[in-house]
Amino acid sequence: MSDKDHLTLNIDGQKITAKRGQTLMQACDAAGVYIPRLCDSEGLEPQGSCRVCSVKLNGRVVAACTQPVVANAHIESETEEINRYRKDLVSMLFHEGNHLCPICEASGRCELQAMAYRLGISQAAPHPYLEPVRPVDASHPDIALDNNRCILCGRCIRASRDVDGKHVFEYIGRGIHKRIGVNADCLAETDASIDDHAMSLEVCPVGCIIRKREGFFAPVGERLYDTEVIGRDIETQQPHHHSLHKIEVKQIDPADFPPFNKDDNGDTV
Amino acid sequence: MKNQTDRIIEIAPLTRVEGHGKVTVHLNEDNEVVEARLHIVEFRGFERFIQGRMLWEVPVIVQRLCGICPVSHHLAAAKAMDMVVGVDQLTPTAEKMRRLMHYGQIMQSNVLHFFHLSSPDLLFGFDAPAKKRDIFNIIREFPELARQGVLMRKYGQEIIQYTSGKKIHGNSAIPGGVNKNLSLAERDALLKDIDQMILWSEQALELARDYTLEHASLVDSFANFDSNHMSLVRTDGALDLYHGNLRAIDSHGNIIFDQVDYRDFDSIIQEEVKPWSYMKFPFIKSRGNVDGWYRVGPLARMNTASFIDTPLANQHHADFRRFSQHKPANMTLAYHWARMIEVLHCTEKIKELLLDPDLHGSDLRLTGQRREEGIAMLEAPRGSLLHHYKVDENDQVTYCNLIVSTTHNNTAMNRAVTDVAKKYLSGQRKITEPMLNHVEVAVRAYDPCLSCATHALGQMPLVIELFDAENRLIDSASQYATPEPTAP
Repeated sequence: MSDKDHLTLNIDGQKITAKRGQTLMQACDAAGVYIPRLCDSEGLEPQGSCRVCSVKLNGRVVAACTQPVVANAHIESETEEINRYRKDLVSMLFHEGNHLCPICEASGRCELQAMAYRLGISQAAPHPYLEPVRPVDASHPDIALDNNRCILCGRCIRASRDVDGKHVFEYIGRGIHKRIGVNADCLAETDASIDDHAMSLEVCPVGCIIRKREGFFAPVGERLYDTEVIGRDIETQQPHHHSLHKIEVKQIDPADFPPFNKDDNGDTV
Repeated sequence: MKNQTDRIIEIAPLTRVEGHGKVTVHLNEDNEVVEARLHIVEFRGFERFIQGRMLWEVPVIVQRLCGICPVSHHLAAAKAMDMVVGVDQLTPTAEKMRRLMHYGQIMQSNVLHFFHLSSPDLLFGFDAPAKKRDIFNIIREFPELARQGVLMRKYGQEIIQYTSGKKIHGNSAIPGGVNKNLSLAERDALLKDIDQMILWSEQALELARDYTLEHASLVDSFANFDSNHMSLVRTDGALDLYHGNLRAIDSHGNIIFDQVDYRDFDSIIQEEVKPWSYMKFPFIKSRGNVDGWYRVGPLARMNTASFIDTPLANQHHADFRRFSQHKPANMTLAYHWARMIEVLHCTEKIKELLLDPDLHGSDLRLTGQRREEGIAMLEAPRGSLLHHYKVDENDQVTYCNLIVSTTHNNTAMNRAVTDVAKKYLSGQRKITEPMLNHVEVAVRAYDPCLSCATHALGQMPLVIELFDAENRLIDSASQYATPEPTAP
């Protein structure tokens, strides 16, 4: 179908209809065709920085999240060449930071981990591990930042700036030294709040933004990507099997359980 | 020691134990054994690199110490963090889920040790050719026994999977509770085989018991030495593997201390460092570092517990006590019998729990008034396991000390290897492999897990010695990095 408002795209041999003004990714999402992505997130302006959504549009590699649909588009996405690019990009992210999935509370719901599984990354790439030393900023009472796991997707920057209107995060540095900083000496000195959209589990795709005291609340088997591959919700146009959020915790009356303390002699009181 | 020692025999690597270690046997010019030592030659460093991590990550991180008894570390850390988040009493569902996981763990670990690691020594004899003493020959010659061993371990692993999420390295114990209950389908899957497991446990126990009784003179003379014994016991003195207070007895059964809150461990236990091992040497303060060493684990627990609160295991405990004439059993080889009594106890406990509807409750976690320190102890397969943490106001760990079962048994294992080496190697003109296996059998009885028993690199002494061409020591330097924080 091609009219004033719509045009037809051809992606991997499949014809889909797009609205004019949509990005390639929006059009594909609506048609149930999933294009892998990390820096793009629903409700945030696309910025095309991770390049995992790279596709070939009429022979030229473009980021599907920022590329508007065009007429007579011939798109290659699930090809060996494009998936090799994606695999390399994702592998390099693992080597650039300190991604220790076995002990990370984002394990099972982490988009980076899920993307690696989707792309069939089962072992380390030949790149060296950079093993950066990045201290955890746990100064905020409700939020901790573990930049060891940051993949510089910038979703927190956009969420804080565009949704929360706060500008808590910004990129600092260039090239390999580029990282995400906060607009004060530490997070506690910013106006960040646990209720910010930027601090929600939907925004940080990895385990960098940590909502304190909520870690490991989801049992193995009930985490977002335990039973489904990333992108299944788009491909089937069905909601996720499991929820991202699992937080019920009862506050007990402290009077019932007096704190364990020792006096000056080391005796229990 | 160096001057007296003419020759050193090294048994490396030790086989059929968890982790890497070696034994050196020091002989003088008359080929008499002067001393034997168990060296732990790997180090892990968890106590250092846990620092700076968030408190709720700790149960998931420290269990990575080991793939054999990760549940013990997972639960000990979670218990310590319960204290930090101000929860001294879990909800019934949380406590019972954790206990079920713990019994599954002790069952599978003890079964692994008995069937896979030790049964070749017991069934083929310590002197059998090395080629014969392995699990494959057990499968060949005792296929039914081997099958039971494999299936019992599988059952224990399935309990761990249903309670923690995975067979190895699950994540369900969280500060203040657990993240899952047991579904009815999971319960039914486990209930299906539990009676079979109880039966097989009792049969395996009888095998271990009969071995001990039939080889009375060997058991009596093989690394049988007086020691103190320590474990947690319930307030009524019953065996309790998940929670309780500390009881220690001497080799005659006299109480050294009883019902001591484990959170006061640093007032009763001290650790000593020796330059030749990565593993520390703990001792009971009131008895001093020479006489204060003690044993932990199944043998110690059978000695300290007044009774067992499950009927079949209690009967066998009574038999065991009669065998040792109601005094503490000090024979190293009696560990196997004791270990299998615990397996039977665990299977009985598992059945009791599976029939308890509390496992399906929905009150999973609590939170209370925050504290800065968390101390927890439980009885792991190999003995008392202690985790001690300090956590700052940002929820980050600032201090961690782990005293694991194998560390508690350090002096005892060294005594055992020296004892056996003196008996079997001293004065021999030719040292044969079966003779050396006797030394390994002594170590193996303690089921040491060497991977989690070692400490941070920063706390290890580094000694450099310079010898001249005549092999004379001309200079030496020793450096201690960060000193151990001293107990208050």
